[in-house]
Amino acid sequence: MIRFLLNDELVSLEDCSPELTVLEFLRTNKGRTGTKEGCASGDCGACTVVVAEPSGGQLRYTSLNSCITFVGTLHGKQLLTVEHLEQSGALHPVQQAMVDLHGSQCGYCTPGFIMSMFALYKSCDTPSRSDVERALAGNLCRCTGYRPIIDSALSLAGKGAKDQFSDTEVRVREQLTQIVKDAPSASLTQGDHRFYIPSTSDELASLLQAYPRAKLVAGGTDLALSVTQQLQQPEVLINTGRVAEMAEIREADDVLLIGGGVSYSNAEPLLHKHFPAFADLLERLGSLQIRNQGTIGGNIANASPIGDTPPVLLALNAKIHARSGNHCEAIPVDRFFTGYRETALPEQGFIEQIEIPLQPERELYVFKISKRLDDDISAVCAAFSLSIDGSGVVTDARLGFGGMAATPARAIKAEQALIGKPFTEEGVEAAQTALASDFSPIDDVRASGEYRLMVAQNLLLRAVLEQNNPTQEPLEVVQYA
Amino acid sequence: MRNMNPVADKAKPAGATGVARAHESASKHVSGAATYVDDIVTPHGTLHAAVGYSRIARGHIRSLDLSGVRGSEGVIAVLEVADIPGHTDIGPVFPGDPLLTSDEIKYAGQPIFVVAAETELQARRAVTKAKIDYESREPLLDVTRALKEQSFVRPSHHLQRGDEKTAIEDAPLKLSAEQHVGGQEHFYLEGQAALAVPGEDGGMLVYSSTQHPSEVQKLVAEVLDVPANRITVDMRRMGGGFGGKETQGAPWACMAALLARKTGKAVKLRLPRCDDMPMTGKRHPFYNSYEIGFDLQGRLQGAKIVVTGNCGHSPDLSDAIVDRAMFHADNAYFIPHVSVDGHRCMTNTVSHTAFRGFGGPQGMMIIERAMDDIARAVGRDPLDVRKLNLYGGEGRNLTPYHQTVEHNALPELIDELEESSDYRKRRAEITEWNKTSRVLKRGLALTPVKFGISFTMPHLNQAGALVHIYTDGSIQVNHGGTEMGQGLHTKVVQIVAEALSVSIDEIQITATRTDKVPNTSPTAASSGTDLNGQAARNAALELKKRISECIAEQKGCALESVRFESGRIYWGESASEEESMSFPEAAQFAYFHRISLSATGYYRTPKIWYDREQAKGRPFFYFANGAAVSEVVIDTLTGEYRVLGVDILHDVGRSLNPAVDLGQIEGGFIQGMGWLTTEELQWNAEGLLTSNSPANYKIPAISDTPPRFNVALFERDNEEETVYHSKAVGEPPFMLAISVWSALRDAIASLADYHVSPALDTPATPERVLKAVMETRKSAQAGGQA
Repeated sequence: MIRFLLNDELVSLEDCSPELTVLEFLRTNKGRTGTKEGCASGDCGACTVVVAEPSGGQLRYTSLNSCITFVGTLHGKQLLTVEHLEQSGALHPVQQAMVDLHGSQCGYCTPGFIMSMFALYKSCDTPSRSDVERALAGNLCRCTGYRPIIDSALSLAGKGAKDQFSDTEVRVREQLTQIVKDAPSASLTQGDHRFYIPSTSDELASLLQAYPRAKLVAGGTDLALSVTQQLQQPEVLINTGRVAEMAEIREADDVLLIGGGVSYSNAEPLLHKHFPAFADLLERLGSLQIRNQGTIGGNIANASPIGDTPPVLLALNAKIHARSGNHCEAIPVDRFFTGYRETALPEQGFIEQIEIPLQPERELYVFKISKRLDDDISAVCAAFSLSIDGSGVVTDARLGFGGMAATPARAIKAEQALIGKPFTEEGVEAAQTALASDFSPIDDVRASGEYRLMVAQNLLLRAVLEQNNPTQEPLEVVQYA
Repeated sequence: MRNMNPVADKAKPAGATGVARAHESASKHVSGAATYVDDIVTPHGTLHAAVGYSRIARGHIRSLDLSGVRGSEGVIAVLEVADIPGHTDIGPVFPGDPLLTSDEIKYAGQPIFVVAAETELQARRAVTKAKIDYESREPLLDVTRALKEQSFVRPSHHLQRGDEKTAIEDAPLKLSAEQHVGGQEHFYLEGQAALAVPGEDGGMLVYSSTQHPSEVQKLVAEVLDVPANRITVDMRRMGGGFGGKETQGAPWACMAALLARKTGKAVKLRLPRCDDMPMTGKRHPFYNSYEIGFDLQGRLQGAKIVVTGNCGHSPDLSDAIVDRAMFHADNAYFIPHVSVDGHRCMTNTVSHTAFRGFGGPQGMMIIERAMDDIARAVGRDPLDVRKLNLYGGEGRNLTPYHQTVEHNALPELIDELEESSDYRKRRAEITEWNKTSRVLKRGLALTPVKFGISFTMPHLNQAGALVHIYTDGSIQVNHGGTEMGQGLHTKVVQIVAEALSVSIDEIQITATRTDKVPNTSPTAASSGTDLNGQAARNAALELKKRISECIAEQKGCALESVRFESGRIYWGESASEEESMSFPEAAQFAYFHRISLSATGYYRTPKIWYDREQAKGRPFFYFANGAAVSEVVIDTLTGEYRVLGVDILHDVGRSLNPAVDLGQIEGGFIQGMGWLTTEELQWNAEGLLTSNSPANYKIPAISDTPPRFNVALFERDNEEETVYHSKAVGEPPFMLAISVWSALRDAIASLADYHVSPALDTPATPERVLKAVMETRKSAQAGGQA
């Protein structure tokens, strides 16, 4: 049985399809149609809801795409939808701002915008324009051109984030804490189909032993598409989100350890401290809704050739700590991706954590090329980790790429061509040429192979120019705008 | 220029037009209370439908085995073409759109059968169990090949004025070029949806997300083989339309109605996005070319223009769409000698359809390309070349279709925008900056829009309305237009409020229904307010007249002395309580004196005609104008770019609601920007749409909205007799985004010191920009420039 709060109503679910999405639960089971389905793939944000959960003695409000969130993941959380924001007939300040500033036209995306804006309102008192863009980049509007929506969000600055939820926060936090205390682990069952929410790594390991074909929900932002798009009905789903050992990111000696269940959003502060270029990339990975839910562990295990974190982890020489049963091993990330969407993860195994060496003396460049700036999948993602000595010569290079091959991959020949040469325009020419023998990228809907290769080569040049840029000339359009 | 950020003016009493008012549904939008078709509380036992469609683009069905579908869990009924009692072709103007096929396949996504099951998921799962054996043929996908093979869905059309051949030959300078202009997915946030509820006498109530309820009514009646009077279509609001629900809403309504007839249950058919994108028509991709002759200043002397629409497999609305492309191939420029040819190519894709601008944007692209190309050839600022070629002055006002351009606002409007946007200063600064910036280059462009208002099929330029006044003084308004977010209902309420001098709060607007106002035109061609607003006003004025006459007669005063002012009606000179009554009292008064308080209103557009044989006429009642200045920055290493700033001055006549108009301008611009930049439709060699989800088809997101975005209304009365002298605003601003594309070309041209005019097909993705960068560098080197 799982338990969660739907606003202030305690919901208990037991006999329930494990692949039931929160959107389906709201619209079909509950008849609450304020939350809309726009795409059922986590790309448009019309279905955005807010989930509140205890964090550091407070409630933390995060936005999620309900269309790709399994209802089982709500255990111990409070679910808030657009219908909950009005209070005794009065619109919430977020709603009122959108009315006053003409933020809706057809209105279909509006509930999603309202909820993303509500999460921002509850977490940031004076948002800047870039805060607003970050919070709302996962909400598509086809009518307004966004200007009035931006103005609505900005108009809420300094309103104190006070609302009816502030008044009930203490009680809700206690209620949620109690739910998890009573049932740290939980499950849903329908016939042979199950959704498990283990709370320890041991429990997760033994569940995988018992159900070798179970699918792990590590955020599930990609897995859910197999349900909503391909209509699959997985028998057993196991959620990693409540496994205590996998839920934190921490510094230890000279490494950073990221739990396999840590969301992108939760990883961001420490990544920002040690690898700002990596953190900048995360801001362009999916949308805030996706980053609140998706995990780095899931991104790796998913092994998509166009996942955004693997190229960086390749460049950073990370290790994947995998566990199967009681057996643990650390797999270097460059041995992890063995084929198209295949990995070296052992049978019945899972990613317990990711270890990244802290090497502050190395330079890290991370570039993402896509048609749209935000919430787009990379045509090419490139990460370069370089050691450059005092005379400007490259002494070591690890170049990780996404979008260039069937797996995320290092450019071994280009790395060799860089080492021992000065990191200058002339010095990288051989490496640029070598990229053409490292990779033969394909044409697809995102870009042609020819473009991918040319851009990969030019990105090496961009890194050189950024390295030697005494006048701080803007070199990337994102910096300029 | 005003930097507009209108806030609804709550102080102004009656709901007069000309005032910023919130969208009539705004409070419902933000609270989740606004009901769309999928949100309607369904009757007990409602079934859910899903469509099985072709996975090949061309060929035949050899065998169709649906036994697995019928046996699938929850399935109640399966519909095939043989089960349709009435018409099987639902082509809106010309035949060619079979509702279902059992034989010939003309595009991937073509519907073959429909399943009704107890739940939506069951219906969708059942669809996957069909066994279809196809005989596949190589699809025709390339528009240039289709043109060569004369694979047409409709005959070509030709406009001619003067002798362009001689004019080009005699011109001191000549150029020719061709371009591919990409199509566009509508990406209305609400997908196609219909709910059919069976009724008595073979009738049906159909809730349909459609811009054209009357056509859905007609087609549902035809497929069911019942008279139109048995079918009612109800449309409260759409979650976006943009043209994508003008004809494309009908198939799903027809299928739901057929299944409802077959099962006796209500049936809902809502396309999930993953089915909506491959199955529904898009903006036409175009292939255009020009040959032009011009003088050393850059003034056009002659032009031969060809626009070719890639129509997909059937005519749909392509005849009118390519006509509109032809009517806009001149955009704002006078061409002394000109010919325009328009072709409608048949290819094996979905049938391309209406989309905001309706071919106009694709036609304009060719002449705007020419303006930039001329400027590079004569070494002038493209803005100067554009201004030089504008309509205006003695003998320079006749379009290629022989309509005279009257009341041309553009020369003045452009001057005003040039000034307010600081164009010249920014031009100089950017040119200088580009000299020293190694990787990034900036570009700037000002482009105008002249867009013809009216349906080019004259019979569609009519509208009806129905206004009731109840005895408590509350007013209910209905009209033939549909609300898709554009604020039509808001404006109509304001118009009726103004006509009756009451507050908008007294007026309830309800769902558009074919049983209230019959035989309506689609809400399209930007005409929603022009037509329906006038019709509603006429109905309101009729009621006002009846009430006035009643009061005049009963109070024994002159008709002229009866005045409606701020919710009261006065008849004496005193303006006192005694010689006046409130609007509700007047309603009661009229009712007791047996006056009908329900009136229809009707309107048809005057002055318009078009003789297709002669290719001459006045297809447009008037033109809407605007201009935009866009500034971009590009990365010459990757082709990435950002739109940095946009300044717009747009002509809305006398604005009925500045907030709504501003929303249309901003929203149209950003949608146009998406069309020309990141929104890339792609079909693979087998004819399958590969850009089939929002994961790989990218409409603008919030961070694409330019940080500088100044939009102002060029507000002055429309000199034609439109409703309160306003102008249509739905489509025209879309084409302001051509300035973004032109600015991208400008930034690229800087690589060759503005002597090369780079080819840049659209959408101008980073990949295409990088390609243009490389080619421009190459030409610059070859020419010894830069």
